Amino acid sequence: MLGLRLYMFQRISALLMAPFVIGHLAVMIYAIQGGLSAAEILGRTQGSVLWFLFYGTFVVAVSIHGAIGLRSIAFEWGGLKGAALDGFMWLVGLGLIALGARAVWAVTFAQGAGA
Amino acid sequence: MKAAKDITSRAHPLWIAYIVHRLSGLALAIFLPLHFWVLAMAMTDPARLDGFLHLTEASVVKLAEFGLVFLLAVHMFGGLRLMAMEWLPWSAPQKTLAAGATAVSFCIAVLFFIRAI
Amino acid sequence: MTTEVLKVAIQRDADCVDTFDVPAYENQTVLDVVSWVQQNVDPTLSYRFACRVGMCGSCAMMVNGVPRWTCRTHISKVLDGNAVTIGPLRNLPVIKDLAVDMDPFFDKWVAAEGVHHGALTRDDEIAPVDEASATRVEANAGIECINCSVCYAACDTVAGNPDYLGPAALQRAWTLLNDAKDEGRVVILDAVSGNGGCHNCHSMGSCTMYCPNELDPMSAIAGLKRETAKNFFKRGR
Repeated sequence: MLGLRLYMFQRISALLMAPFVIGHLAVMIYAIQGGLSAAEILGRTQGSVLWFLFYGTFVVAVSIHGAIGLRSIAFEWGGLKGAALDGFMWLVGLGLIALGARAVWAVTFAQGAGA
Repeated sequence: MKAAKDITSRAHPLWIAYIVHRLSGLALAIFLPLHFWVLAMAMTDPARLDGFLHLTEASVVKLAEFGLVFLLAVHMFGGLRLMAMEWLPWSAPQKTLAAGATAVSFCIAVLFFIRAI
Repeated sequence: MTTEVLKVAIQRDADCVDTFDVPAYENQTVLDVVSWVQQNVDPTLSYRFACRVGMCGSCAMMVNGVPRWTCRTHISKVLDGNAVTIGPLRNLPVIKDLAVDMDPFFDKWVAAEGVHHGALTRDDEIAPVDEASATRVEANAGIECINCSVCYAACDTVAGNPDYLGPAALQRAWTLLNDAKDEGRVVILDAVSGNGGCHNCHSMGSCTMYCPNELDPMSAIAGLKRETAKNFFKRGR
């Protein structure tokens, strides 16, 4: 149930994400030193176009990648087929984009953000 | 059920790499919406976000974070191994790469943990 | 005279496992054990074999959950104490007892375009084959497949995806793709890019692990993924 097109989306989103994941791991290891706080995180990301683009692209890529990955599991282990399978994939993909976009917005340009 | 028919001996290394990749992906996919929801509190409920972040001082939470970092790293390095096998023209020793990917992921997670505690 | 007795559990129906006491002999294969049961205890036991020397693949069965050629599996290698469990190959419909219907396996072989695509006539020169070329070496690595279905039975993706063409069929498609005499490149790439195609493979490698001929379908499928991806970029979405 994974044809060439979905396979390519899966693989390309994966390759795209490699630098993002490494970046995110590095940021995490840096950020947790001395404890985590909203002020510290927002101090870094608020108002930043760069972080907006970084995490924004990351969110889109992971939503595509995760949706297709969960599709495989839903089909092979869950027995989901046909329209239900497609619906599930789109629900996951769009859901992750929506939640992710909201989170990215929250830490960059949302008003009323901050401790 | 049909025990003799359905069980296949699966203890070989590349199968383990496959199942680790699948389960780590599944775990990350379940974690992600929660992660997004908490982060969005930066605009909806900043005090609650700080509350959540305070939780990260507990050892059990740090352990969980270590687990998550490991899952992310092992999923990525495992995935890169797969892509190397599929798209690069050289034939690499797959079992060694699988083991290597796991080892590197573990090291990254340990680095995170050391910095966290 | 033998002093040991083996406890042999054989899958009969979906819910029925019969256990037989079989005398142990030196140089006894799993096929010997099954044959002894059918000849001495239960003549209604159905199973397949032909050459009994490891070249036809007919005797493939699940032995303790692992697909094997039973004529080439010494019983001492698989005994758990003095017990062994034997069942029909996984992922194929059971006809009776240990005999499975091989039709789906062969249908998928054809569906993957594992057939010769010739364009020459008897009046043309025979297409030259360079034995040393990279593509010929690649093709040679997979042509010894005797369609025994062990890889098909071993694959968890086949188990989870009824449309998946499977390692053997895809490996054959790969050998033809690399065959200088075969003109079916476009047809083959198309056939392996559908819903049951090579992109469903998760590279768990059970096919390569269990192939009794030591072939490597996993790498062949990776080759198909590479070729279809290259094609994708050339032709565009």
